[in-house]
Amino acid sequence: MTTSAVRFEQVSRHFGEVKAVDQVDLEIQDGEFFSMLGPSGSGKTTCLRMIAGFDRPTRGTIHLYGQDVSDLPPYERDVNTVFQDYALFPHMTIDENIAYGLMIKGVSKPERRDRVDEMLDLVQLPGFGYRKPSQLSGGQRQRVALARALINHPKVLLLDEPLGALDLKLRQQMQVELKAIQKRVGITFIFVTHDQEEALTMSDRIAVFNLGKIEQVGTPADIYEKPATPFVAGFVGTSNLISGEVAEKLTGSRQMFSVRPEKIHLGLPTDTPGKDMLSIGGVVRDVVYLGLFTRYLVEAEGGIDLVVVEQNLKTTSMDVLTSKGQKVLLFWHKDHISRVGG
Amino acid sequence: MLNRLSTYLYQRPKLVLGLLLGPPLIYFLVVYIGSLLALLVNSFFRLEEFTGLVVREFTLEQYAKLFTSTNLGIFGRTAGMAIAVTIADGIIAFPLAYYIARFASPRMKTYLYIAVTIPLWSSYLVRVYAWKLILAKEGIVSWFFNLFGLQFVLDGILSIPGIGGSSLSLSPIGMFITFCYIWLPYMIVPIQTALERVPKSLLEASSDLGANAAQTFRNVILPLSFPGVVAGSIFTFSLTLGDFIIPQVLGNSRFFIGQAVYSYQGTAGNIPLAAAFTMGPIVIMIAYLLIARKMGAFDAL
Repeated sequence: MTTSAVRFEQVSRHFGEVKAVDQVDLEIQDGEFFSMLGPSGSGKTTCLRMIAGFDRPTRGTIHLYGQDVSDLPPYERDVNTVFQDYALFPHMTIDENIAYGLMIKGVSKPERRDRVDEMLDLVQLPGFGYRKPSQLSGGQRQRVALARALINHPKVLLLDEPLGALDLKLRQQMQVELKAIQKRVGITFIFVTHDQEEALTMSDRIAVFNLGKIEQVGTPADIYEKPATPFVAGFVGTSNLISGEVAEKLTGSRQMFSVRPEKIHLGLPTDTPGKDMLSIGGVVRDVVYLGLFTRYLVEAEGGIDLVVVEQNLKTTSMDVLTSKGQKVLLFWHKDHISRVGG
Repeated sequence: MLNRLSTYLYQRPKLVLGLLLGPPLIYFLVVYIGSLLALLVNSFFRLEEFTGLVVREFTLEQYAKLFTSTNLGIFGRTAGMAIAVTIADGIIAFPLAYYIARFASPRMKTYLYIAVTIPLWSSYLVRVYAWKLILAKEGIVSWFFNLFGLQFVLDGILSIPGIGGSSLSLSPIGMFITFCYIWLPYMIVPIQTALERVPKSLLEASSDLGANAAQTFRNVILPLSFPGVVAGSIFTFSLTLGDFIIPQVLGNSRFFIGQAVYSYQGTAGNIPLAAAFTMGPIVIMIAYLLIARKMGAFDAL
């Protein structure tokens, strides 16, 4: 059996009365791009800080490659962090910032020089070494922070919402780049974010946090297609949650399930859905034309509201707007639902 | 009417700036720089020995007098005291400022802040005379040493040539202690302010990159708070350099710069020499600031 990169065993972190992290068990594999996703205050950042050593668990143990590090200070852990605000040393040049870890370790000057240049190439900032952090843009600082962490060849790289401060274009570009860099250096990345799209784009696996607990761990497809809890269904993408009598009529069980808006087809009341399809009638209450697609709010039988998204393949804004108030039949494949407990 | 004036000013930002800055600027130029220039001019005059009147002729006579061994001694003694007080205050202030900035709860912070500045609310003279009593031969410090049978330690300290004396209140050591106490708040506040401006994430980053507490202090905390240390040292250094009351109330009969200036412009009526003496601390301060700048003290501002 291979040892996992990071293992949480019943880890709790309390701040006074607040249970920031509550009895979390978690295993992160070596070489994974692992995301911790959740709203603010869900405990994801606290978990990251406990791996880095800035915080210590109130209870439970954390293992790094089989070693119990729960009580080790940050400087004795083989992990490095890319901070949300980058935390570059303002009084040092970019070179000095990147070389900081090596300087502390007592690596010789010529070797430091070589490795810093190598890192500057990796993050595509050659020739920037003599500048001060204040002379760099947000995206460039981000790269320097990455280089400063990676130069130490950590076993695990921790990234605390590193793309949060960048604008959308730059963020998307950095997402691709980060993923590429991770493939190249081959180390475990643990990425904290509240942006579900970011997590879905980059991760091998995702842990969804809520109120100090992990709701679900899985691949992006798992998380999206088969949300395990109502929270995951609602937080990652949008979802229709159906329970009670309506659920019983559709599936034969009152247990709550979720179905994604894009999985639902909008048909005429006269349509006959094929077998393996679940269907329910309704009336279009609202239509939002969004260019690429249109969002319909349908009041279905049983008085529940369902959101349906359809791509505007053949329709125009004029077409879709006339559908308001019309009777429709909604249908979707029975495999496209996910039981979300309860 | 008021609206029209408001609009008029709104359209002329330069006029607003002029109105706002004008009065303080004029004050600064006339009262502040002007008096310094008057001082400088006076230092080039001389005193007629018989009449005791100031002769308004250009001469370097006063500056030549500064370079006699007695006067050089005064400069050396004062500068030495200023350096010693600055270093001691820096060493005492830093941990305290660090605690206030990093660890104290907001409530505690307020209390400590008041505790640090509260001595400034009482008269400087009262505090100096209080220290004279504390350090006197029959004072509480002496009593304390006696209580534990440590009189010999105090005697040992007081017998150190150059800085010792017959009692703490009559020795340079006592003067040093009083100076350190009096100027300490001026060192704590700037350092604390500088430390507050160092983001916690920088300390975490340093630790994350393998630095232990001592390495983080040397490589991150100290360089980033150094402007605060320099700002504080400018206060403690220049205030010690110019003070004439503490050397008079405490210490021995050896003069400090402030006393020399005081006595020359007072009873002796030798304004030109007093003016020349004053140029001493100014030159020393300018040299101090230049050295501080060279050491990069202002880079992080």
